[in-house]
Amino acid sequence: MNLPKDLFYTKEHEWVKKEDGNVRIGITDFAQDELGDIVFVEMPEVGDEIGADEPFGSVESVKTVSELYAPLSGKVLEVNEELEDSPEFVNESPYDKAWMVVVEPSNPSDVDQLLSAEQYEEAVKKD
Amino acid sequence: MANQDFSLIFERGKKGRTSYSLPEMDVPEMDLDNEFENCYVRSDAPDLPEVSELDIMRHYTGLSRRNYGVDSGFYPLGSCTMKYNPKINEDVASLDGFSHIHPHQDPKTVQGAMEMMYDLQASLSELTGMHDFSLQSAAGAQGEWSGLMMIRAFHEANGDDNRTKVIVPDSAHGTNPASVTVAGFEPVTVQTNENGLVDLEDLKRVVDEETAAMMLTNPNTLGLFETDIMEMAEIVHGAGGKLYYDGANLNAIMGYARPGDMGFDVVHLNLHKTFTGPHGGGGPGSGPVGVTEEFVSYLPKPVLTKKDDQFVFDYDRPASIGRIKPYYGNFGIYLRAYTYIRTMGAEGLKKVSEYAVLNANYLMRRLEKEYVLPYQQHCKHEFVLSGKKQKQLGVRTLDIAKRLLDYGYHPPTIYFPLNVEEAMMTEPTETESKETLDGFIDAMLHISEEAKNEPETVQEAPHQTVVKRMDETTAARKPILRYQK
Repeated sequence: MNLPKDLFYTKEHEWVKKEDGNVRIGITDFAQDELGDIVFVEMPEVGDEIGADEPFGSVESVKTVSELYAPLSGKVLEVNEELEDSPEFVNESPYDKAWMVVVEPSNPSDVDQLLSAEQYEEAVKKD
Repeated sequence: MANQDFSLIFERGKKGRTSYSLPEMDVPEMDLDNEFENCYVRSDAPDLPEVSELDIMRHYTGLSRRNYGVDSGFYPLGSCTMKYNPKINEDVASLDGFSHIHPHQDPKTVQGAMEMMYDLQASLSELTGMHDFSLQSAAGAQGEWSGLMMIRAFHEANGDDNRTKVIVPDSAHGTNPASVTVAGFEPVTVQTNENGLVDLEDLKRVVDEETAAMMLTNPNTLGLFETDIMEMAEIVHGAGGKLYYDGANLNAIMGYARPGDMGFDVVHLNLHKTFTGPHGGGGPGSGPVGVTEEFVSYLPKPVLTKKDDQFVFDYDRPASIGRIKPYYGNFGIYLRAYTYIRTMGAEGLKKVSEYAVLNANYLMRRLEKEYVLPYQQHCKHEFVLSGKKQKQLGVRTLDIAKRLLDYGYHPPTIYFPLNVEEAMMTEPTETESKETLDGFIDAMLHISEEAKNEPETVQEAPHQTVVKRMDETTAARKPILRYQK
């Protein structure tokens, strides 16, 4: 399982990367593998407020549609518009080309409450 | 099958070839540009196929031979109740007195057709323990929406405007939360417990003064009977909410248990599933809605009723949620459902459920030896296996489904419900013989062996079909929806 150590994770299979007070968010390698070939990514708009543990978008694969749950509350600063035309990035490059949103957290210390790579791996194994 | 022509209808024929001959024109020719604004007159002729009658026949006959339906083989598509549709249904539906009438006819001249619908409503009421039925809704999803709109109307009439939430189990059909949303409510999920049933503690947690209703199938999507239903009804009713029955799985309980007796307030049924309307190819469906007495005034109008000795459409229903379908819904399906109910009789329908449950349990117990069965208790009309064990060998549920095509079977519903990993939802229905079930079991057991010994045979399946593994991903990412030369 490819789980970069410098990222934070959620039980809902999102990864979170700290970037100068903001966070970049995507879904994990495990999640893309479980979902299978992604065919559509639905995302919020720049400026939207998202709430911790609330859905902020969805990913559709050949077999299912799965909601994206916000790892923390905040305001959407950037959205990866390339995913609209190239949803396959989620399968090919989940941690890099398939970042989904950049969010300004309402409370920056929320990030530290998220799971480490080890904790996430543990949680996935338990399932 | 080898020598088949797979060309599209557009690729057949030749310019100028026709399969019609029109009589000589006997009206004056007109210049369309003078008659209509230019924007309505097309400049290029439409690119229609130019083929002979024989070309057309071969095209459609070829398509029909490549089709797969219940009349060609076993079709255990879970939750869809793909049972045999008795052909006597078609005899009755094609009687002149039914097939040659028009919905604009004076009701006095179609009393027989109206009596049939009236009797069908009464039969459905009796089967479900409801007070009255409206046949109008054209499908299950429209039935759900109509039912929810009635629940909304009920709460509003009671000045109860703050009920904005509808509780839906996490195993529910996707249409449930969708209907909830379209009806203007917010779906709230209640969790399934380790026995595959609604978690009562979680239900108590999510129910509150904002609960408009709870939607439930019983048996549920895992094919398990919700044994705590009376307590669930008490919890939801206690908070002022209503209980909605999704009739998707009625095939499991006919003559044994009735939604009305379980505390449900509003139900919908799928005549195209349980009651043998033709199913697939896009329908038409039929999703009648049944209600308890307190909901009767909200039923979609017109309401088919009896006044003196006449059957009439009653439009004088001020509290009704209104008309939801032109005319009175999909009449042809009523005839088939009515014929089915009358030919089976009360005892026959009870047997239907008995055999549906027996067939499902037989399949389940024989397949659990090779496939993971996440919930161990007896099932009702369907069950859900997990392809977890095969997945560890690199063979996914999708591969197993594709491999089943090589053995000549329609696969079960896969990857649903969402709360079972690599799910295979299997519903044999009552109309299949033990020999057919054994054949399917053999195929499933073979595939399990193949997954161990020659996984690539399964991963690359199907091998025997006319079209091999489809590129579903490209089809979804870059769909081509229109023929272009």
